[in-house]
Amino acid sequence: MKAENYIKLEFPARAVNEGFARAAVAAFVSQLDPTLTELGDLKTAVSEAVTNAVVHAYPDSLGVIQLRARILPGGELELVIKDKGVGIGDVERARTPLYTTGGEERSGMGFTIMEGFTDKLRVRSAPGRGTTVTMRRRLTGRG
Amino acid sequence: MQTYPFYSSGCLTVRFVGELDHAAAAGAMRAVTAAAEEFLPRRCVLDLSGLSFMDSSGVAVILRAKRMLSATGAELMVSSPPEQARRVLELAGLSELLIDTERKEVNSR
Ligand SMILES: Nc1ncnc2c1ncn2[C@@H]1O[C@H](COP(=O)(O)OP(=O)(O)OP(=O)(O)O)[C@@H](O)[C@H]1O
Ligand SMILES: [Mg+2]
Repeated sequence: MKAENYIKLEFPARAVNEGFARAAVAAFVSQLDPTLTELGDLKTAVSEAVTNAVVHAYPDSLGVIQLRARILPGGELELVIKDKGVGIGDVERARTPLYTTGGEERSGMGFTIMEGFTDKLRVRSAPGRGTTVTMRRRLTGRG
Repeated sequence: MQTYPFYSSGCLTVRFVGELDHAAAAGAMRAVTAAAEEFLPRRCVLDLSGLSFMDSSGVAVILRAKRMLSATGAELMVSSPPEQARRVLELAGLSELLIDTERKEVNSR
């Protein structure tokens, strides 16, 4: 499938870049004329995935996060958030609501929110190799 | 993100303004903790009306604040979330903490 338009970004896994990632995705999807609800959902979903890479992927180093967004034919948006960190041993368990390895500073709702705010969520991960989160959401837009 | 505590007759209100994400969560929690220790409220309301964004890190702040306050017998409520924050609260199952401000306004008319 040929993408109609895309962006590719790379940044260090610092908390300050979470807001940057949300703003970048919001600016990119504005060409699809999304509703405010759609915009909020996409910002939330990307924030969850990027925050996971910042919080969980690199416990002992400052790693890199890749963010790709592309518009597919028909106005569907695809978001890919990729890290080369510690990975997830049991993805199915990690996706369970309230499951967290992050203690009381986390709620264990990140994947649940990503799933609820997009049409499709795929998590590919291998321990020691990293995690790739792919989300798709069809936008109806305001038009 | 900014926090604005306000205390009146047993009720501590902390207004959050800005983006409540992972980068802002620790500061927000510190502000709520400091205000709760200063005023020892019976009731605490987190006013979310000024939030331009909130994600699961904000959910964790609300749950931690609720746990902290319940240790002294105080209850925690959440008020006036903009749509984006409200959708996150609903998905996280925290709707029951919401004060129904809309209905109150209707009743007082
Ligand atoms: N990029 C990642 N690298 C390594 N582990 C991850 C990654 N993303 C998620 N995880 C693991 O999956 C668990 C669940 O993630 P999820 O986002 O649902 O909850 P959380 O991050 O723990 O809490 P919250 O998102 O509510 O703040 C995490 O606690 C962590 O163990
Ligand atoms: Mg998370």
